[in-house]
Amino acid sequence: MTATVKTYLGRLLPQLIVLAAIVFAISMVFPGFLNLQIQNGRLYGSLIDILNRGAPVVLLAIGMTVVIATKGIDLSVGAVMAICGAVAASLITSGHSLLETLFATLAVGILCGIWNGFLVAVLDIQPIIATLVLMVAGRGIAQLITEGAILTFNDAGLIFVGSGSFGWLPMPVVIWLVFGVLVALLVRQTALGMLIEAIGVNRQASTLSGVLTPVLLVAAYVLSGLCAAIAGIIAAADIKGADANNAGLWLELDAILAVVVGGTSLLGGRFSIAASVLGAIIIQAINTGILLSGFPPEFNLIIKAAIIVFILVLQSPRFRSAFTFLQIPRAAGKPTEREAK
Amino acid sequence: MHGNSDNILSAIRVEKGFPGTKALDKVDFHLRRGEVHALLGENGAGKSTLIKCLTGAYRRDGGSILLDGAEVDPRDTFDAQRLGIGTVYQEVNLLPNLTVAENLFLGRQPCRFGMTDTRTMNRKARELLAEYELDLDVTRDLASYSVAIQQVVAIARAVDLSGKVLILDEPTASLDAHEVAMLFRIVRRLKARGLGIIFITHFLEQVYEISDRITVLRNGQLVGTRETAELDRRELIAMMIGRELAAEIQSRHTPADEGRLRYRFRNYGRRGRIDPFDLDVRAGEVVGIAGLLGSGRTETAEVLFGAYRADSGTAEIDGRAVELSSPRAAIRQKFGFCPEDRKTAGIVGDLSVRENIVLALQARRGWTRPISRAEQNRLADHYIRALDIRTADREKPIKLLSGGNQQKAILARWLATEPEFLILDEPTRGIDVGAHAEIVRLIESLREKGMSLIVISSEIEELVAYSTRVVVLRDRAHVAELSGDRITAHEIVEAIAAATQGRAS
Repeated sequence: MTATVKTYLGRLLPQLIVLAAIVFAISMVFPGFLNLQIQNGRLYGSLIDILNRGAPVVLLAIGMTVVIATKGIDLSVGAVMAICGAVAASLITSGHSLLETLFATLAVGILCGIWNGFLVAVLDIQPIIATLVLMVAGRGIAQLITEGAILTFNDAGLIFVGSGSFGWLPMPVVIWLVFGVLVALLVRQTALGMLIEAIGVNRQASTLSGVLTPVLLVAAYVLSGLCAAIAGIIAAADIKGADANNAGLWLELDAILAVVVGGTSLLGGRFSIAASVLGAIIIQAINTGILLSGFPPEFNLIIKAAIIVFILVLQSPRFRSAFTFLQIPRAAGKPTEREAK
Repeated sequence: MHGNSDNILSAIRVEKGFPGTKALDKVDFHLRRGEVHALLGENGAGKSTLIKCLTGAYRRDGGSILLDGAEVDPRDTFDAQRLGIGTVYQEVNLLPNLTVAENLFLGRQPCRFGMTDTRTMNRKARELLAEYELDLDVTRDLASYSVAIQQVVAIARAVDLSGKVLILDEPTASLDAHEVAMLFRIVRRLKARGLGIIFITHFLEQVYEISDRITVLRNGQLVGTRETAELDRRELIAMMIGRELAAEIQSRHTPADEGRLRYRFRNYGRRGRIDPFDLDVRAGEVVGIAGLLGSGRTETAEVLFGAYRADSGTAEIDGRAVELSSPRAAIRQKFGFCPEDRKTAGIVGDLSVRENIVLALQARRGWTRPISRAEQNRLADHYIRALDIRTADREKPIKLLSGGNQQKAILARWLATEPEFLILDEPTRGIDVGAHAEIVRLIESLREKGMSLIVISSEIEELVAYSTRVVVLRDRAHVAELSGDRITAHEIVEAIAAATQGRAS
């Protein structure tokens, strides 16, 4: 048991170190950064803000991780967010109940996933092209639903999803925590994780070994679509409206980046949901940190890019092998980079 | 002891260690001018490590290397090339998308006014290849030629660059007999020019055909260097794998077919891949499949396993009709299939030996019923021990294992599903003699336990050893079936040849 905890921590260690370093750096520049306080039965503070603001990317990264583990990629998640936000807003304003709205919106996300999965698994189209279709078309669909305007709503229940709180935590944080844990348990307590990794490493060998490859591939894209739907609801609830043009814009790239920062290879195979979640939070911490530190906003993107290049260099195999002497020697033959159960 | 002046290349007490293992333990190796010297040993014996030390791909830990009597210390493969040591690998490491001439002169193209002088380059390339009896259009892409031609181009480039020592690392692995003969003519010609040639291969017939001397390594140590003419095959195998295994390979018998008929395929086939065929397989029977490359051997296996769905005919198991529409359907009927191309269709490289072994069983159980980690460990440990899979531990990524051990792990994957019908496509290709013997032994013991097996192999001797029946294929059709006393290498070759004539007329 302790051994599995140790390998688990070993897998997440680089991301934890990077996150700690970024949080430390921001707190140097902005002294009040680490302060937390409870107001109206809810935690407030910059750290909580990071977890809250990061919710959409965290959710997208969860689905993206599984898709990337199958050696795929899902470029459509930002557009699916926009579609789902639009669906939620239009259903709730046309008088449907909150429950109906939520279920219908999630169903639309799943449908988008099935479409992507069908293109990839059945028609055997390269994932980057297959999902590009919905990435481009998706915003158009969202605009059709909102009829070109920003569709606002004031249903208290739906707004609660974006800005309410549960216990001391903001609702979006609770949602991604619960959802992330559920997905991680689902893939690691069943054989799904291993079978997905097998498909990502060698699809042909997996199929010949009897793995139900097409179904699992579709399932991965469905999960990604579902994640995008949840993220879309949160994003819409946050601004109390559906903005077909800007909801989730470029977030697919942040999600891919989160997965990469989390150390999952774009070539498929080994993956870690927890590491991708950490990756997403790292990205959000950088965003928030740059804003807080008072740099002129026009520098934001460049600073962000520089920090990310630095993190990726730290992770590159070349850099690692050049600095192996810095690493603590481990028992020979013991894998260090694996996901523990 | 030979005079030093004979030797063009000498390695003296070369050592190389990796964490946990001693890959080369004070190995001596001497290559004479104008000889073909076979370097043999099991996978993991240290052949590649020795070659890599000679070519500078690895830095040795100790010992010295003499070239033409002078001590050299190649820092990398370019350095070795400059000194005169050229290497050609099994997988041709040239650029398939460039022309033949560009490949030959890459990095040293003749120039005029700072531009590549294509005309001169092409002329020089034609001249160079003429020495190798090759008359090619050197302006065509390398990829448009066969692997054998590419191999010769690689040799031409290596010899032209280096010119003293040529190392051929399994050059014949993917060539047919005719191409091997062409390659050997070239090797003899280079030998006559005084080059020292190191030849690494798994094919012992080729060793006897081409080499003058043989050096055998085992477990990183030198077993000995002998004149090929004075070393008989049995003794050579004994040097490579030790006495006991060698005896085992020699003493085999052909069993009679007694088991009850279990599998019955009628008019089974798929258009464009394999003509409809009839096939019966009994319990406790090994049906060997023989034929030339491209004769439909692999296609037969794939259609039987459902990798490609049959579009004609019927399949019956124990008299009950079954639908083998996909690998999953076949696996449900307790089928197993070790594909020919281990790397692309067999192993799941990044996953551990344990995960590779449990994969098929887990896939059959479905994702909702995971095999517990303890049970996975037990299965993996059981098969690692039972099949003698050499790995540091069960969590090592399978891609880091040698070919033979990968093959055993894939066999373990199927054995873990307790199959009743096992299809093995070239189970012994590209693996060392030791693992080879173990896999042959495994096939026999599975047959004795009552399993039905179909084994495809290019090695006819091997088919003769374990098959109860042999089916001969040609032009994607089953053309003959041999059984009982008729299973001899001679009969199989005759059957392939007769079929050829029959079809031609």
